[in-house]
Amino acid sequence: MISFSAVHKRYPTGYEALRGVSFDIDAGELVFITGHSGAGKTTLCKLAAAIERPTSGSVVVNGQNLAALRKSAIPYVRRNFGLVFQDQKLLFDRTVLDNVLLPLAIVGLSPKEAGKRARAALDKVGLLEREKANPIALSGGEQQRLAIARAVVNRPAILLADEPTANLDTDSAGEVMELFKAFHQVGVTVILATHDTQWVRHLNPRVLWVEHGQVRAPGERPEGQA
Amino acid sequence: MNAWLTQHLSALQGAWQRLAASPLNTVLSLLVIGIALTLPAAGVVVLDNLRQAAAGVASTQQISVFLSPEASRKEATEMESRLRQEVSGSIVFVPREDALKRLQGTAGMAELVASLPRNPLPDAFIVEPRNAAPEQLEALAKTLSAWPKVAHVQLDSAWIKRFDAFLRLGRLAVLLLAAAFAAALVAVTFNTIRLQILAQADEIEVAKLIGATDGFIRRPYYYFGALQGILGGLIAMLLVSAAVAVLSGPVSQLASLYATAFRLHGLGLDHSLLLLGVGALLGWLGAQLSVGLYLRQIEPK
Repeated sequence: MISFSAVHKRYPTGYEALRGVSFDIDAGELVFITGHSGAGKTTLCKLAAAIERPTSGSVVVNGQNLAALRKSAIPYVRRNFGLVFQDQKLLFDRTVLDNVLLPLAIVGLSPKEAGKRARAALDKVGLLEREKANPIALSGGEQQRLAIARAVVNRPAILLADEPTANLDTDSAGEVMELFKAFHQVGVTVILATHDTQWVRHLNPRVLWVEHGQVRAPGERPEGQA
Repeated sequence: MNAWLTQHLSALQGAWQRLAASPLNTVLSLLVIGIALTLPAAGVVVLDNLRQAAAGVASTQQISVFLSPEASRKEATEMESRLRQEVSGSIVFVPREDALKRLQGTAGMAELVASLPRNPLPDAFIVEPRNAAPEQLEALAKTLSAWPKVAHVQLDSAWIKRFDAFLRLGRLAVLLLAAAFAAALVAVTFNTIRLQILAQADEIEVAKLIGATDGFIRRPYYYFGALQGILGGLIAMLLVSAAVAVLSGPVSQLASLYATAFRLHGLGLDHSLLLLGVGALLGWLGAQLSVGLYLRQIEPK
């Protein structure tokens, strides 16, 4: 489903974020990408979702080499993903429901069908009663759940989240992790980039440990890391 | 097809919402666009009315065909038949006796006419062709002068030529004016949409992140530009109609003093539709330029 092969990424500033990264993620996996801040987790996520392009090497998603894609094809690659960000990237000039409707408008779903699907997604994350609220009125945990509802409303094959619990208290983080677990259990490929390893034991995912721009083999992980 | 239609309807709805979201800005922009379109539209109306007024006068233009003195009445009758065959319009035969009587009836001419030993006037035809275009009149006069037994053909078309030249100049002036104001309209739309894009940078970034194509993001701005142009065109139509309504009475009164029934008319259906279409096209063009320049600067980070 996702394949990184000898991927290097050097930013225009000269900073080398990834150095020869290779790994595969199969459909239906639950994968944690962990590592310290600045290790290259976010760059991995951006490369997978075609937000960045590799300096060298190849990133293949569903059989498509992203490095060789035309710019006009990138939006269609991104529709394979439900993206969740640390800062949620919600739109505060519209309601909770309208935030979830946006991905459905992008694919041209009829307003009636879109309304049904958006409400179903809000129901899954426990926010149906807040559909008319402005996202700014939601707590941090609720905002992250709203971001998850927006990410899953188009029924993506892959749910990719970058530090989804970084700004949340333990209870809210737990609720968010339970949601990821639930989506994984119904067959969605879930990839979480996080420096917080406390959830590894709880969810029992496959772990990719990133250090200094490289993915370490399980035996190479530092002492005390999952 | 359904998805395509849904997306276009949604973009159109979004464009309306953006227009309604900031009424003061919208009204000001529409007024600027409306006034910019009003001036060339008014120019078109003025020229059109002048052309129609001239056509009204020109239709009474006469070509006087004077026959040679030796032309018999039988030849005159034959010539009348030929004229009726070849010229569409009014043809009146004026016998030389009637012409003399008319001359006698003219103030101060009775004594002079009485002193003449014989009638010096020829038979004549007064021809009023239906097609009174200057070029047609001149061509007809030239043809008639070549006919046998025609002594002289009189057509005073110099003023028509001058008037036609004036109309051509007017049309050119209106075109230049229209080009200048079209540029202004494009600039107004360009700037309005530039401000919108900058204000909606977050929304555009999120939309790109979750799989929006460039077309999806651009479409509402195109509709916005086109709608703004159409509404500006409507304002221009209203302003021109109001001006015509105000001027119509005085112009008719003036025309009646010259014994004509000329009435001022406004933009016809064809010109109105053209005005709306041009407004929409220029608005779309302003949007296209603005979106092309500024949208590429917003990419997901």
